[in-house]
Amino acid sequence: MQERTVQTDAEINSDLLNNVLKARSWYWPMVGFFAACLLATAASWAVVIVMGLGVTGLNRPVMWGFFVTNFVFWIGISHAGVMLSAILRLSKAEWRRPATRAAEVLTVFSLMVAASNIFMHIGRVWRLLYWALPYDFARGIWPNVRSALIWDPSAITTYLTGSILFVIVALIPDLAVIRDRTTGFRHQIYSILALGWRGSPRQWKLQIIAGFLLSALLLPVFVSVHSIVSWDFAAAVSVESWHSTIFAPYFVIGAVHSGVSGVVTVMIAMRYLYKWDKYVRPEHLDALGKLLIAIATAWFYFFVMEIMFSLYMLEGQEIALRELQVFQWPFAPLFLIFIFASYIIPVPLWLSKNVRRSPWAMFVTTILVNIGMWIERFLIVVPGLMRKQIFTFDWSSYSASIFEVIMVTGTFAFVFLMMLLFSKVFPLIPIFDIKEGQILSDEIKIGRRSVPALKVEE
Amino acid sequence: MTQMLGLFKEAEGAAAATEALEEAGYGSDNFDVLTGFPYPEGAFGEREENHRLYVFPLIGALLGFSTALLLTIGTQLAYPIVTGGKPILSLPTMLIIAYEGTMLGAILFTVLGIFFESRIPNFRPGIYDPRITEGYIGITLECPEDRVNSVEQLLQRAGAQEVLQQT
Repeated sequence: MQERTVQTDAEINSDLLNNVLKARSWYWPMVGFFAACLLATAASWAVVIVMGLGVTGLNRPVMWGFFVTNFVFWIGISHAGVMLSAILRLSKAEWRRPATRAAEVLTVFSLMVAASNIFMHIGRVWRLLYWALPYDFARGIWPNVRSALIWDPSAITTYLTGSILFVIVALIPDLAVIRDRTTGFRHQIYSILALGWRGSPRQWKLQIIAGFLLSALLLPVFVSVHSIVSWDFAAAVSVESWHSTIFAPYFVIGAVHSGVSGVVTVMIAMRYLYKWDKYVRPEHLDALGKLLIAIATAWFYFFVMEIMFSLYMLEGQEIALRELQVFQWPFAPLFLIFIFASYIIPVPLWLSKNVRRSPWAMFVTTILVNIGMWIERFLIVVPGLMRKQIFTFDWSSYSASIFEVIMVTGTFAFVFLMMLLFSKVFPLIPIFDIKEGQILSDEIKIGRRSVPALKVEE
Repeated sequence: MTQMLGLFKEAEGAAAATEALEEAGYGSDNFDVLTGFPYPEGAFGEREENHRLYVFPLIGALLGFSTALLLTIGTQLAYPIVTGGKPILSLPTMLIIAYEGTMLGAILFTVLGIFFESRIPNFRPGIYDPRITEGYIGITLECPEDRVNSVEQLLQRAGAQEVLQQT
């Protein structure tokens, strides 16, 4: 059942702009805390740049560690935006309205932070310029397009550019709302940002078409991005245990699993921090919970298939890797945490309607999913490299240094900080979308009850 | 010419006003309806808006594909090194970059098309009132000086809360 409450446009404006027009008491201390975390990250990064990657735990043969794990994790979170915003927009799912902006913004910031992990990982940051871009005119040496590591920047650039533009286009009408509610210097700034938006039928028509068109264009990009990330692994000749033919769909569905969970976490945090109970309602969490059951189960299917195919072929390397991941220290306990956190605990809980409708239960379970999914990526990257491979002569373990731990923690601080800063300048729930949802709703009488219904658009 | 803006609290009043304007000889090309959120198309009897937005992503896709292909072919031929026994111009790998280039071009041109077709940025948008983003519906039109009074009365009869003028 839908639990829509009817509010005036002025009430919606004031509720959804409450943090933009006047910061809440907790806001600046929280910004300060995350900014301090980010400073610690910057200091650690400076040490890594000056001293070299030797201060990290990376060493032969494990040359991909926390940074690459974290890169794959954040790319996964970034899939939330298109999954929720584009698919639900295209399918005209009514309950998408409060979720789309947060999902799109989370996409942008997690993509930025994912890219930053690659900068951290390569040590000499400036070299990425001529490794990834056709820039080195002086020497005439260009990026090798035959390497999967070059496909990655092209996919991420396209996805990041598209996601940023997607957010900007959908923000314009809301910027006009802020423009009309501010004075002085802020009014001038928002007037420029609103680009002279008036809300004419032509502008609205194009705004709606833009939503559909950009969604349709971003969907194939979203699939390509994590497929290409999976090919970073699958196309690596030297690591036999990564040669899985189902890596691309397995990575994509895993990304959607962690991304949608991330959006639910953010939505519940928004609901609590900004007192948006009227906008992020149990019915939305219920719908997202059902969606998550389907996504998690699809992901679990690919996870089981990935293991099954590797064992079924009776390849020595694969079997040894699975043994290492599942039975040997320190990976065995991590494997248990991963499988329980990302599927065995949350999914049975989500089967209960009471859990799906409880913000606290959904908050905890979706965070659990992302703890599990981070460990999943770690279990793909590190054990795969640890064993002796055909082109390596070492057999060694990996433990992350304090610098890596601080820098990875800093990436979380960056995303939280950016979300907070964004919410101070722009509304995190699309105002016009919520208002449109109100006029498209109606009451119908069924028996003795009046229930909200949706008008079918022609 | 005077720009006029009638502000209506209810959609029904605004729809009645557009009907009255048409009866008074103002075609749907002469007035615009300003709202704070999208109403279903045709809710106020406004004109059908034609646009060519769908052409933009096609042009962008074509340009993006060509640029990506040129870039991958050009850079590989400029410094040809055989790696892993693969051909210098390896089509499957080039297509991945070309695919991303195509999509990037399509997205960029779509956004350009949205701005172009929406006629924004426009920093002299004409008469406007902030109450429109608070739920009021604005009907705006330009009329000659001698008809200002009659249009004002017409809008007020239809239920306008206020009629603003700007010369």
